[in-house]
Amino acid sequence: MALKFILTLILLSPLFGAVAAGLFGRRIGRRGAHTITIFGVAVSTLLSAYVFYLFVLEGRSPFNDSLYTWLVSDGIKFELGFMIDSLSATMMLVVTFVSLMVHIYTVGYMDHDDDYGPNNPYYQRFFSYISLFTFSMLSLVMANNFLQLFFGWEAVGLVSYLLIGFYMKRESAIQANLKAFLVNRVGDFGFILGIAVVVMYFNTLDYNEFFAGLAAHKNTMITIIPGVEWSMITVLAIMLFIGAMGKSAQMPLHVWLPESMEGPTPISALIHAATMVTAGIFMVARLSPAYEMSEAALSFIMIIGALTAFMMGLLGIIQDDIKRVVAYSTLSQLGYMTAALGASAYAAGMFHVLTHAFFKALLFLAAGSVILAMHHIQDIRQMGGLKKYMPITYWSMLIGSLALIGFPGFSGFFSKDSILLAVSESDTYGASFAMVLLLIAVFVTAFYSFRMFFLVFHGKESEYVKAHEIKESPGVVTWPLIALSIPALMMGWPLIGPILSGTYFADAIQVTGEHDVLGRIYEGQYHGAFNMVIHSLTTLPVILALSGVFLAWLLYIKKPEIPGKIKKACPRGFYVLDNAFGFDRLNEIVFVDGMRKLGSFFTNSIDIKMIDTGMVRNTFMSVAHSAAALKTAQTGYLYHYAFVMIFGLLAMLAWVLW
Amino acid sequence: MIALSDYLIFGAVLFTISMAGIFLNRKNIIILLMSIELLLLAVNTNFVAFSYYLNDVTGQIFVFFILTVAAAEAAIGLAIIVLVFRNRKSINVDDLDSLKG
Amino acid sequence: MFGFPILSTLIWLPIIGGLFVLFIGRDKPSLAKWLSLAITVVTFVVSIPLWTNFDTTTASMQFVEKTPWISHFNIMYHLGVDGLSMPLVLLTTFTQVLVIASAWDIIKERVEQFMGAFLIMGGIMVGVFVALDSILFYVFWEALLIPMFIVIGKWGGKDRVFATMKFFIYTFLGSVFMLVSFIYLYFQSGSFSILGFQSMHIGMTAQILIFLAFLAAFAVKVPMFPVHTWLPDAHVQAPTAGSVVLAAIMLKMGGYGFVRFSLPITPDAAMTLDWLVIGLSLVAIFYIGIVALVQSDMKKLVAYSSISHMGFVTLGMFLAYDIIQNTGGIQGASLGMEGAMIQMISHGFISGAMFLMIGVLYDRMHTREISAYGGVVNKMPWFGFFAVLFAMANAGLPGTSGFVGEFMVILASFKANVWYGIVAASTLVIGAAYTLWLIKRVYFGPVSNENVAKLEDLNAREFAIMGTLAVAIVLVGVFPAPIIDVMHTSVANLLVQATTSKL
Repeated sequence: MALKFILTLILLSPLFGAVAAGLFGRRIGRRGAHTITIFGVAVSTLLSAYVFYLFVLEGRSPFNDSLYTWLVSDGIKFELGFMIDSLSATMMLVVTFVSLMVHIYTVGYMDHDDDYGPNNPYYQRFFSYISLFTFSMLSLVMANNFLQLFFGWEAVGLVSYLLIGFYMKRESAIQANLKAFLVNRVGDFGFILGIAVVVMYFNTLDYNEFFAGLAAHKNTMITIIPGVEWSMITVLAIMLFIGAMGKSAQMPLHVWLPESMEGPTPISALIHAATMVTAGIFMVARLSPAYEMSEAALSFIMIIGALTAFMMGLLGIIQDDIKRVVAYSTLSQLGYMTAALGASAYAAGMFHVLTHAFFKALLFLAAGSVILAMHHIQDIRQMGGLKKYMPITYWSMLIGSLALIGFPGFSGFFSKDSILLAVSESDTYGASFAMVLLLIAVFVTAFYSFRMFFLVFHGKESEYVKAHEIKESPGVVTWPLIALSIPALMMGWPLIGPILSGTYFADAIQVTGEHDVLGRIYEGQYHGAFNMVIHSLTTLPVILALSGVFLAWLLYIKKPEIPGKIKKACPRGFYVLDNAFGFDRLNEIVFVDGMRKLGSFFTNSIDIKMIDTGMVRNTFMSVAHSAAALKTAQTGYLYHYAFVMIFGLLAMLAWVLW
Repeated sequence: MIALSDYLIFGAVLFTISMAGIFLNRKNIIILLMSIELLLLAVNTNFVAFSYYLNDVTGQIFVFFILTVAAAEAAIGLAIIVLVFRNRKSINVDDLDSLKG
Repeated sequence: MFGFPILSTLIWLPIIGGLFVLFIGRDKPSLAKWLSLAITVVTFVVSIPLWTNFDTTTASMQFVEKTPWISHFNIMYHLGVDGLSMPLVLLTTFTQVLVIASAWDIIKERVEQFMGAFLIMGGIMVGVFVALDSILFYVFWEALLIPMFIVIGKWGGKDRVFATMKFFIYTFLGSVFMLVSFIYLYFQSGSFSILGFQSMHIGMTAQILIFLAFLAAFAVKVPMFPVHTWLPDAHVQAPTAGSVVLAAIMLKMGGYGFVRFSLPITPDAAMTLDWLVIGLSLVAIFYIGIVALVQSDMKKLVAYSSISHMGFVTLGMFLAYDIIQNTGGIQGASLGMEGAMIQMISHGFISGAMFLMIGVLYDRMHTREISAYGGVVNKMPWFGFFAVLFAMANAGLPGTSGFVGEFMVILASFKANVWYGIVAASTLVIGAAYTLWLIKRVYFGPVSNENVAKLEDLNAREFAIMGTLAVAIVLVGVFPAPIIDVMHTSVANLLVQATTSKL
């Protein structure tokens, strides 16, 4: 089979499943729907594995070809096509694999749902959406041009919108999905302007042509505010990054992600943890040649990332909803990835994307399993002591959490440690500031992860647990957990070497010499994965992580009365955290209310008062008024008319004769 | 010898009187009609005077036309007045303001 | 094939057919309906060869018909299409079929008059797009007001009389200026031929006056800020089919006017005054978008969103001058122009679809207040599917037709001036905000009241209409090249005309 055909098949088979399950859901029934979508995604997964084999393991040179021409205008070709190299091949495999796991898991998770009537094809609809998501995400990562990137970018946003609002009868769900879409659109606003800069200066949308043109534009300046000149590439990079901030939920555009947990849990795993939110990271890595040329953009990215990692981690501490804890940890981890990008350690950022995709999907699915067992109760204060009822979930959650906090040897350890090393090595402006934030975040991450873990599985059984029969979830739920545990546990070992040395993504990511922090680490400090693990035991990050776990154990198992006292002792701090630093309040006041007020002002004052009343009605009224005034001249008396006539005649005569 | 200017002054005076008659009259439409006749007669006077002094009969022929038209006009006018009176029970000019806007 | 007068058929078949339908009488409504549907379908089929036999290599007029009409004033019956008007003609004939179908069970009284009026309207609209003689154009342009006036005035809502008066006076006032310009141009050139106008020299003062006169006519039709306030009123009062025609086709006549008249006839004035059009377009995009946000009437909301989207059309058309000034080259100008053209086509589909959706709800609930709805999707799942699809198209989601034009115009406007691009791109947020907020309040959520609980999903007829539009929207979004390819040569030619001084 020709490679292009395989790629097309990878892309389209989930779409086929989505269309079949979505439009003909009632006809094919539940079984039909999940069979057809799982089959579609399985085909994609297998073929992606083959592509992965070709491009990563065999090291084939990148494949770049267009599928069809969307349109041609003004000499600019708008095409859809594929660019397959180690980066996209890896992402394809991750996306399809996690998606396949989620598909299978969903069979068990969505089996019964009280929100809908018996004949509602919500089940089929759900499968249709997640397959559609797989299609969108694939088209994003496989793109060889900005148009397709943007298409996938928006399409995943659409599916995310549909899925967050999946429980469409819940006010909170439909509020959250609107918010998610709009906040993402704010990011896309920057993104599309970034694309506009590309088109303006490069007259192309194709990645390769864009990269080829970069060197010539090294010193091109752009004026946005009159009198101030900025480097065009910096503007471009930051604009595109604003898009990434929306999709990858970086501050201040992160506000949608916690609320996106209104969606069903499989979705939180697939979209809001493993794949979609990493689209921004992927994009920056994909466009690394451009980002390499702008110090300012890298600095900006690093600081945003570090701030996100730190502040969102803090918020994770006070969450009581099991999914929200995981959601804030996602935000925080996304901050790590972003910070890695800022340090030019794109490979490390992508590495964390990969490990995170697995362990976070694992965490979410395990959380979902808990929620399922708890009959859709999500409050961790009502859980406790679940360990003995749900062994598989317990162990997979433990693996996921250890990976998350970067416990030596787990996948997350390798990726997070390489990020921390990279940032400490980096010379980018703001790197030391970022480093401090990231280190604190390590501690915080460990603390909230294990706080949740202890509250859910250890400690005293709550009233609810005692009163109800808690069962381990069915096989379709636990098997994906096991399948995801394996990469979460192991995948760091084989990858760390190639990632640090730069050979893994050699054909996709470009780093200029002085920025190559990973290379320096590889040269200087790296002596094999095993040594890295051993060495780390004496370094700050691991100590911080372990002390975080210890503190969680102390506060929630050993002396559970302390947290309440702390809360009483500093209510201000809790107030700030409770309100998530006030971002929501700010948005509510400034944007939501502000826009509505502005809209009402425009409608009432300008459209109605100024235009309709002021211009239109007053024109009409002034005609009417002057007509009424002139009317009085029509007295009806003949002699008045005659007088005016004669007088006018005389006046005209006088004027002519003068 | 009466000069042309005397005729013209006479015509002008006659014209002005009839004009004033039209403007000032508030009582009776018949007076209005008479004033119009007078207006035409003033013009006729001018025609005749010019005709005589210029030795051109055209002016006098025109006077005949005008007199004929005036007669017809008076007849029609009177008929209208009769109708107005029949409908309005009045031929008082001040009462007739149906043209008022 | 070319011997057959396709364009005349497209004009006169519906008009004569419409008159015929009028005479059927009120006691045979189903005959009137079927006959009307047959006529529109035949018209649409006849219009397809325009596409298939279109020669994309030439910018000159095709399918030309030319005979003297009023020879004393050198007025011709001159028809023809190029790449700018051909897609609009097809849009018209296509929409006509849907419009007739959409009114099928809805209109209960005077069916034959309603159908007849729409058929006549259809013929006249084609006439506007294909007329190449300015007087012929003017006749069609004004004649269209009559059936529309009747449709809104007779089958409209509560305040229909006010709305029709407003609609009529606004549009009529604008076009009178246009007539004056035509007469001036006639005295200069000796004929009323539009192509003749395009190739003659005109002094600067005259150009500016003519440009402003054209602007008055077309800006009202588009409509542009601040002469837009007739549109929400007209839409709110018009019956669904009327709204669809109004939004899908009549607004396009304004945009078409700019490319057929303003730019080629008065290029120097357009260059001098392009800031005016661009400014008003940006106001439309941003300001009107925000106004749309707070509307409580669904139809008003969609009407405002129409105005906002039409802002992209006028913006895209007038970018050429600033692009030349800013970048020194013409590259990017045709991107904007083609974006504007495809935005017109796409807006025809999307706004039509949006109004049809509202019509479906209105037929069942008899209210357009957003607050009267909530949770509709629970009772009407298919309807909800289409509604979300159309809403996404309205918000310019890639993969739907709404994206294509907006994307191209944003890219081009950024070339002209960074700030144009920034304001234009704000629609990404604002457009999504008003559309999806509408969706949220009307469709999602729990069933809000017992009226909603009684709703029934789409019937087969409605499903067919929505399905057709959905296919069209997705098709254009996924593969717009065929439409763009048709325009290339004509757009290139137009840009040459628009950037060549005629002083």
